[in-house]
Amino acid sequence: MTRTGWALTFKKLKRYRALFLMMVPGLAYLIMNNYLPMFGVIIAFKDINYAKGILGSDWIGFKNFEYLFTTKDALVITRNTILYNGSFIVLNTVFAIGVAILLNEVRSKFAARLYQSVILLPFLISMVIVGYLVLSMLSAESGYLNLNLLPMLGIEPISWYFEPKYWPYILTIVQLWKGTGYLCVIFLAAIIGIDNEYYEAATIDGASKWHQIRSITVPLIAPTITIMTLLAIGRIFYSDFGLFYQVPLNSGPLQPVTDVIDTYVYRGLMTLGDIGMSSAAGLYQSVVGFVLVLLSNYIVAKRSKENALF
Amino acid sequence: MKTNDMNQPVVHAIFIVLAALCVIPFLLLFMSSISSESSIVNNGYSFWPKEFSLEAYTYLWSQKLAMFNSYGVTILITVIGTFVGLLISALLAYPLSRQDLPIRGILSFIVFFTLLFNGGLVPTYLIYTEVFHMKNTLMALIVPGLLTNGFFILLIRTFFANSIPVQIIESAYIDGASEFKIFYRMVLPLSLPILATIGLMLTINYWNDWFNGLVYITEPQLFSIQNLLNRMLSNIQFLQQNNLGGQNMAVNLPMNGVRMAMAVVGILPLILIYPFFQKYFVKGLTIGAVK
Repeated sequence: MTRTGWALTFKKLKRYRALFLMMVPGLAYLIMNNYLPMFGVIIAFKDINYAKGILGSDWIGFKNFEYLFTTKDALVITRNTILYNGSFIVLNTVFAIGVAILLNEVRSKFAARLYQSVILLPFLISMVIVGYLVLSMLSAESGYLNLNLLPMLGIEPISWYFEPKYWPYILTIVQLWKGTGYLCVIFLAAIIGIDNEYYEAATIDGASKWHQIRSITVPLIAPTITIMTLLAIGRIFYSDFGLFYQVPLNSGPLQPVTDVIDTYVYRGLMTLGDIGMSSAAGLYQSVVGFVLVLLSNYIVAKRSKENALF
Repeated sequence: MKTNDMNQPVVHAIFIVLAALCVIPFLLLFMSSISSESSIVNNGYSFWPKEFSLEAYTYLWSQKLAMFNSYGVTILITVIGTFVGLLISALLAYPLSRQDLPIRGILSFIVFFTLLFNGGLVPTYLIYTEVFHMKNTLMALIVPGLLTNGFFILLIRTFFANSIPVQIIESAYIDGASEFKIFYRMVLPLSLPILATIGLMLTINYWNDWFNGLVYITEPQLFSIQNLLNRMLSNIQFLQQNNLGGQNMAVNLPMNGVRMAMAVVGILPLILIYPFFQKYFVKGLTIGAVK
């Protein structure tokens, strides 16, 4: 670089030093909270020994992964994660589109706002509270179902928290109950954005309501549906930890059907102290998750550039 | 012109059913909390208890120290976390929104990459506990939630770039205002909508957070309200065993009701103020989805 070049760079640095200073706390935070753990994934290749420290522990190559993938666990948690999240994506989307279309048909502004607020209420509360709500229904000795509803129908009480076979349904219902409101709000925003002229023209042509929904509403919000679905597929390897941990009350007998990658990693780390296995499962999740995000974003970008993350 | 409407009574009927499905679990929770313990033991949780009683709340009041303590923790981390999180987000987002910033592309990528890849729980946990020694400190409840990742920063950056005219900034700079002065005198006041929205999302995240407490906190004194609820969900005797309230109570505790009363106390503030912020909440959700 020439002398004037250096002088220019120096001048520029001086000109922007205040802006760089502003960024220091945020960037330092991201380095600590996000980038250090990214490099920390090397623990998956180590035999962690607290006495030797993280960096000083012995390298063991892919041993942790070998253990993980020779057990049945890897298959079970991968299967559960993908099946649950896959069915959540389908059900949530279908349900939310239906509710959003209906909500758009409510003529009273006040009623529409009230309905939307109520449907969104479950999304606002924490999974711990959801755990309580489910417990008040399913508790073996005092739950509403066992003591009030099932006797009325002449059905024997069920030990809900010990019977795995019901849980795929319970978790799906709870998830739908908690998550529909959010997607519904997103789709409703897209529906409201549709130009009214389309509907007016269709009405003049004598198109029925059902016909209008099928030929105007759904096609016009299709980009939003596609984007939301692809984003969800990009995150299919990540589960809502609270749903699978709080709602089944971390019950052991239920684990074959409630264990997903996130709960497996948590239990390995916090209760079993099996850092090797846990970090291997975590890295497996991070890497596959990363590939899926890139892939889904690539597809989004091909369809509509402005909706892609990058 | 809006003809060919759907049959309104039918639409309303559907929504009344849907709304009821959303509210009924809360109703059961509330009715259980005002049932007498004996009617819960005999008839279970029900929508209309055989015998009403406030004994669960009376017991909770006797344990008020533990509850006030947890509420104190929750309020403290929510206020500090929201304020600091918002501040460092805005401070990072503003320079990134400036087209003229050198190496802007690289810096934006550093922020953005955190959305794509993360190290996961195990390395994060080991770094927070072994490197920064945050286990059982209030910091562990505040720090992990400040930014989580770069998502909010990108939202704020987009807002700054689209709604603050470059000319104002330039003319202020030529008039001799420092960058910091421009930031807090002009940029921040012009960005109140986005700051309020992100602030609300941060507040809800902190208020509802139980995960950081579950992972990093074992001292009952540092439990937030969510962590206290979390412990009582798996261990009904928790309040009593830890003797958090100070005094020991008789053996005959209305435990089934107390649990539910505790949950009511935990969600009540949020539900009471929900009507006032629901508009902004909806806005926050939609800007997050369609950036």
